[in-house]
Amino acid sequence: MAYGPHTADDRARMLDAIGIDSADRLFDDIPEALRASPLRLPPPEPELVLAQHLAQLAGRNQTDLASFLGAGVYRHWSPPAVDQILLRGEWYTAYTPYQPEISQGTLQSIYEYQSLIAELTGLHVVSASHYDGAAATAEAALMTCRHTRRSRVLVSAAVHPHYLATLRTYFAGRLEVDVIPLAGDAEMAGTMDLEALERLLSEPDRPVAGVVAAQPNFLGLLEPMAGIGELAHAAGALFAAVIEPVSLAVLAPPAAYGADIAAGEGQPLGIPPQYGGPYLGILATTEALVRQLPGRLVGQTTDLDGRRAYVMTLRAREQDIRRDKAASNICTNQALLALAASVWLATIGPHGLRDVAAWGAVRAGELETALAEVGAPRLHAAPYLNEFAVRVPEARRVHRRLLGRGILAGLPLVEVLPDEPSLRDGLLVCATELTTADEIAAFAAALSEELAETPRAELPVGAAR
Amino acid sequence: MSVVGPRLRPNLFERSHPGRGNGKIPHPPSDALDRLPADARREQPPALPEINEPEVVRHYVNLSQLNYAVDTGFYPLGSCTMKFNPKLNEWAARLPGFAQLHPLAPDEAAQGTLQLLWELEQALAEIGGMRAVSLQPAAGAQGELTGILMIRAYHRDRGDTQRMDVLVPDSSHGTNPATATMAGFRTVTIPSAPDGGVDVDAFERALGPRTAAVMITNPSTLGLFEKRIGDLLAAVHDAGALAYMDGANLNAILGRFKPGEAGFDVMHFNVHKTFSTPHGGGGPGAGPVGVGERLVPYLPEPRVLREDDGTFRLERAGERPTSIGRLRSFVGNTGVLVRAYAYIRAHGASGLREVSDDAVLAANYLKQRLHGAYDIPYDRPCKHEFVASASTIRKRTGIRTLDIAKRLIDHGFHPPTIYFPLIVDEGMLIEPTETETLETLDAFAEALLEIAREADTDPQAIREAPRSAPVRRLDEATAARQPNLRWKPLTGVQMPCPD
Repeated sequence: MAYGPHTADDRARMLDAIGIDSADRLFDDIPEALRASPLRLPPPEPELVLAQHLAQLAGRNQTDLASFLGAGVYRHWSPPAVDQILLRGEWYTAYTPYQPEISQGTLQSIYEYQSLIAELTGLHVVSASHYDGAAATAEAALMTCRHTRRSRVLVSAAVHPHYLATLRTYFAGRLEVDVIPLAGDAEMAGTMDLEALERLLSEPDRPVAGVVAAQPNFLGLLEPMAGIGELAHAAGALFAAVIEPVSLAVLAPPAAYGADIAAGEGQPLGIPPQYGGPYLGILATTEALVRQLPGRLVGQTTDLDGRRAYVMTLRAREQDIRRDKAASNICTNQALLALAASVWLATIGPHGLRDVAAWGAVRAGELETALAEVGAPRLHAAPYLNEFAVRVPEARRVHRRLLGRGILAGLPLVEVLPDEPSLRDGLLVCATELTTADEIAAFAAALSEELAETPRAELPVGAAR
Repeated sequence: MSVVGPRLRPNLFERSHPGRGNGKIPHPPSDALDRLPADARREQPPALPEINEPEVVRHYVNLSQLNYAVDTGFYPLGSCTMKFNPKLNEWAARLPGFAQLHPLAPDEAAQGTLQLLWELEQALAEIGGMRAVSLQPAAGAQGELTGILMIRAYHRDRGDTQRMDVLVPDSSHGTNPATATMAGFRTVTIPSAPDGGVDVDAFERALGPRTAAVMITNPSTLGLFEKRIGDLLAAVHDAGALAYMDGANLNAILGRFKPGEAGFDVMHFNVHKTFSTPHGGGGPGAGPVGVGERLVPYLPEPRVLREDDGTFRLERAGERPTSIGRLRSFVGNTGVLVRAYAYIRAHGASGLREVSDDAVLAANYLKQRLHGAYDIPYDRPCKHEFVASASTIRKRTGIRTLDIAKRLIDHGFHPPTIYFPLIVDEGMLIEPTETETLETLDAFAEALLEIAREADTDPQAIREAPRSAPVRRLDEATAARQPNLRWKPLTGVQMPCPD
């Protein structure tokens, strides 16, 4: 076996001590009729062979593209110090700090994570990690239902479609979800329709537990968050903001616009895209809602000698104590990613974080200009930070052709929001501090050529699937 | 113990000095943010710590040394399978082709990862005796939710809407009843029989037309194989309910028992237990779910599909209307799954079977060595873990399991899981795993035997343990009564700062 230590002699000594002649005897309690058929798996690969095999698989992925794809996952510079710290076995081969006396490293790092996210969001109580932005958003929505004892949540159509889908699964027909449509008027197109929100909030006999909106929203646009929060609160509902943590260096924090809960994806805090995870579900709230908050919390305390120390606390919300009365079933979480985010924030610092966010805005502005010049203007007029949609006829086909030219031209919106006619020709593109001027120029040049080859008249009606 | 590092460290915020730690990112033009509307802008920058890189590195390296970990010593935490985490797997997950791949990259740009995921699904289905597998759930508890939601959808599709009960043995993980509640079901707790198995009479009494599902951990959290599992599963299906297997203890039965073959309808795999992906100080894990034929239509989306031409693709949103939908964004904790794949390929069928044989052998050996000094409430061959109890020691000396656990720290060991399962008085759940040497197993046994003797000769030393850890026992009551959950400058000044 690849990593096992036992020699034949070791095994013989153990069998002898137990008083049996074969390890098979230890499985005699499995009824004969239920014993497994032989395992059919490829033969074991020695480490050298396995390493070559894995490198070959990794090499089949294309990751050297000029990428303008964001849509909830953003590439950022990660100083090498970050991953070298994360590679220490003391971090990643420990488990949940059930024994605080020998887990102070993990516990203090979680307390620091809670403090860092509290600074970013302005909300004082931060759960020490959920699975990802989608699960955190679903948990936020469930919190609003538990706290208000109401069963209906309103979610903006411009929340990440995967988050909305996840929220629907978590609600599973037990609780109601209504989608707040996008505004139709030109100025605010792509952001939340506030009149529709007011209507949905005032439906008789259908009280609303919470309103969920994203800042920036899935289309990259900035929402009137303060106004949304006021409407929610006036109807007795809670307001949950879906945030992007890097943007909080420059955008108003959720506490400033009255959000009761902030949920979001922590991946932009230096975590690699790695095809979907592991990521970091951020969930933060006010002190008033702490008992509704699912997941782990670490608090500061003292030891018997009065020394400052940290421990998991308010555990009566958790499944191993409360079983069917727990706030959530979450057990294993994303602690290592909370550490990763903290180390990244500590390494890059507040000025670095602000510069990362600002560079995204700068490069995105350059991208907007370059794409508009070749005939792909923005789809919306509302302000954005570092991501926006452009109008490209036959977006899917053009996107595919650009891939052949080494350019990952964002995301054809029809792929994820097929029921939104206004987005049919939309290509969602983003820039970060890693985006270079050369990449922008190459994208614009290639797009220009592709658009020249796509005469308007030949466009099929309803090309969207 | 072996991992005592420097004592307490100031926190990140206390280390901050304005002006330090710049220079990682060039400064953008000063008008960079001018196009943003003022009311969307942040007025005060967040008060994050300003620290130069050498100090950040020292902070985290010193903090890490306050941790006990598998890489520093024996970690027999029952139910958690703290086996060695192969370093090749860490290397593999960091290969740029895997790590830098965007989850919405077009399928043609993601063929390597898609092939890996597809092959992993096949391997897990084979190991579990299941028809199909979804890799989406981010952890075991999310796998449970996935499974129970699929069962709910199955009953609904058949018009069987009165099934609202989920039967759960009293020895189960807390996630089982918590999952039932999240899915809108009522938990019915089934007592254990004196032999540690499910009480069959109580079980059959509780089964009926209102039963939606039964959640069984096999081997159980007592480390015992459920000998009557065939009869139990037959009764479940006769009652029209479905059977969920909590796969937390799969490390005991690889190649010996395939839950799907035995009749389980759905199970989850804890890849951070059985398949060696690191526990990360609390996570991440991944909780793939395997299903039998009946539940295949309900699997979460997206599935990984292989086309006739041998290429791979992700299922599109809405492509399979019977799906219960998404449990999270994107396809899953892929970086974790790369490690699990590497582990399975390193072992193959023979290696995986040997993993279980050695894990079970080590647990039975340790159990044998503790005999006489500790109570062994269920004294028959165990699987990969077993329960010992300090019940008699407590009656004789007043020393509790908690004290013994803390004293183990002074001997250089991570304590076992204690007071779980809840049904054992003064219980400690010990899981040695297959990657520990015989010398380590012996040293751990000697330490527990020594503590049992010490309970008679010097109980005070045990009550005051640990003495050699970075901190002594903590004031958990104050932490809960006056929660201090984030750093605030004022608090930092008031607390004694060690440097």
